[in-house]
Amino acid sequence: MAKEFMKGCEAIAEAAIQAGCHYFFGYPITPQTEVPEYMAAKLPKIGGCFLQAESEVAAINMVYGAAGAGARVMTSSSSPGVSLKLEGISYLAGAELPAVIVNMMRGGPGLGSIQASQGDYFQTTKGGGHGDYHVIALAPSTVQEAIDLMQDAFDLADMYRTPTMLLADGTIGQMMEPVEFKPREKRTDLPAKDWATTGWGPNSNRPRAVVNSLYIETEELQEMNDRLQARYRMIEEKETRVELYNVEDAEVILCAYGTVARICKSAVALAAKQGVKVGLVRPITIWPFPKKAVHDTIAQDSVKTVITIEISAGQMVEDVRLAVNGEKEVQFFGKPGSYCPTAEEICEKIMEMRRA
Amino acid sequence: MATVFKKTPLLTDAVLHYCPGCGHGIVHRLVAECLEELGIGDKAVAVVPVGCSVFAYRYFNVDSQEAAHGRAPAVATGIKRVHPENVVFTYQGDGDLASIGTAEIVHAAHRGEKITTIFINNAIYGMTGGQMAPTTLVGQKTTTSPYGRDKDWCGSPIRMAEMLATIDGSAYIERVAVNNTKNIVRAKAAIKKAFQTQIEGKGFSLIEVLSNCPTNWGLSPAESMEWLEQNMIPYYPLGVKKDTTKED
Ligand SMILES: Cc1ncc(C[n+]2csc(CCOP(=O)(O)OP(=O)(O)O)c2C)c(N)n1
Ligand code: SF4
Ligand SMILES: [Mg+2]
Repeated sequence: MAKEFMKGCEAIAEAAIQAGCHYFFGYPITPQTEVPEYMAAKLPKIGGCFLQAESEVAAINMVYGAAGAGARVMTSSSSPGVSLKLEGISYLAGAELPAVIVNMMRGGPGLGSIQASQGDYFQTTKGGGHGDYHVIALAPSTVQEAIDLMQDAFDLADMYRTPTMLLADGTIGQMMEPVEFKPREKRTDLPAKDWATTGWGPNSNRPRAVVNSLYIETEELQEMNDRLQARYRMIEEKETRVELYNVEDAEVILCAYGTVARICKSAVALAAKQGVKVGLVRPITIWPFPKKAVHDTIAQDSVKTVITIEISAGQMVEDVRLAVNGEKEVQFFGKPGSYCPTAEEICEKIMEMRRA
Repeated sequence: MATVFKKTPLLTDAVLHYCPGCGHGIVHRLVAECLEELGIGDKAVAVVPVGCSVFAYRYFNVDSQEAAHGRAPAVATGIKRVHPENVVFTYQGDGDLASIGTAEIVHAAHRGEKITTIFINNAIYGMTGGQMAPTTLVGQKTTTSPYGRDKDWCGSPIRMAEMLATIDGSAYIERVAVNNTKNIVRAKAAIKKAFQTQIEGKGFSLIEVLSNCPTNWGLSPAESMEWLEQNMIPYYPLGVKKDTTKED
């Protein structure tokens, strides 16, 4: 297929449709409104359903209903809206329903800003809503990668019966880039949705479907949680993704995800001109976090300096430190809100922190 | 021996957990009988709430989804939009529908969502042990209005059926009660009509059922039915509030 010049939000929406998602429930919020707008234009033409919900709370519960009815379904929002969706995401996790949620992060807390941010890392990876659950969280650093990950997101959600999130910063949503929609083979190993509520009678060839997260007996709730945890361990084992860039024998290792990681790549080139070998570890799944790859990269003898860079006050850096487990010092550079550093600034920081 | 009465197969054999004399059991039976009589058991999907009827998926012998507190109309919307041929209904209490879930119910009606809502107004939060609901009557004592509901402090009880009837998308809205045989017979007819409204694709339908909570009202089942008659019906008048099913 030929390359097209497309805005991130629209590319993500198109990727979802091509992944077989024909149901979208959402609410406008910058910087992701082009996702619902694209869906509103396209879905009615292919027999799908776009519905503008009265709130993000309603939208995620519509997603719950549609997912429970067996559909590939998604919603999209940005930070304040995702806060409202957390109740529903916890229920999706508890009821073991597959669904995809896009969070095009903007600056916070509160109403914050409409510029890009990475302030929702904790919210995304440490649960967010109540209870012991995780969402698979995919963090693209280019529009092309957002397309590819969006398509994977639906398969992952179906495979593991879990809500899956595409966590992008606002830049990804607003940027235009040449992209390509590569034709994909439909996965045939995904489990059948024989648990979906499609209408049941005594002659149906499946048990009566009950979509539910209530387990009032302690033992039953334990069983459900054990099932979830076992699934999370399997996801950690099989689905962890990371990009290692220029890391071999590097003296400095940067850890970053999303747009920031992309800027870091330019900083790596700038530093090379100054004779400093810098590498980058870029988590693609921020949950499951690529602990082993992060650890092993940083554990190399050559590595003297480790810097995690985020548009936040320092959130992912905690996971990097956990992975490194005190073996080396992990420094942090970044600002909360929505201040995105330039490659030059990052390079300067590298030299400064390296000297320190 | 001739069979003179048989439980509808659209209720499971699970033992109801409701308190003796509670109206929830009556309404469950009415809903299930309507589904059976309309022959839509295999198309029905129940969306059950958070409240005393949280286990209703154990009783309605149809595919079911459990919704978060107040969100049943949004969940039902998701289901109905995916499978318009299903008959989707929510079963909700007054805390669930008239308090935490007002946005969801108003907008389901506003969109003319082709779902049916069975709304159990028992003027109290039953499940959590008898707190004030938006439907609690002025002067009524609950655990969070121990001196009686004060209108100046908490407002007057909300009449959901009348309010929802003002919304264009509502096709059929009626208030019924289950405090005596005559009213129960009427309630069943109303519930059936609401399902028919959905089957015919005419829009949103809701039946508000005045029900009792003997346990948290501190009354015997018989006294509670009398209390409902004396206190609730005068404030919450029974009858059809909206019927557009005959138009066009
Ligand atoms: C988000 C949330 N808030 C509060 C509760 C606690 N809660 C459970 S049931 C209920 C009230 C139910 O009352 P109602 O809807 O009137 O149903 P009834 O028990 O009277 O049938 C509340 C507040 C909850 N489960 N979830
Ligand atoms: S607490 Fe009240 S509403 Fe709940 S089951 Fe008992 S009587 Fe019924
Ligand atoms: Mg109640």
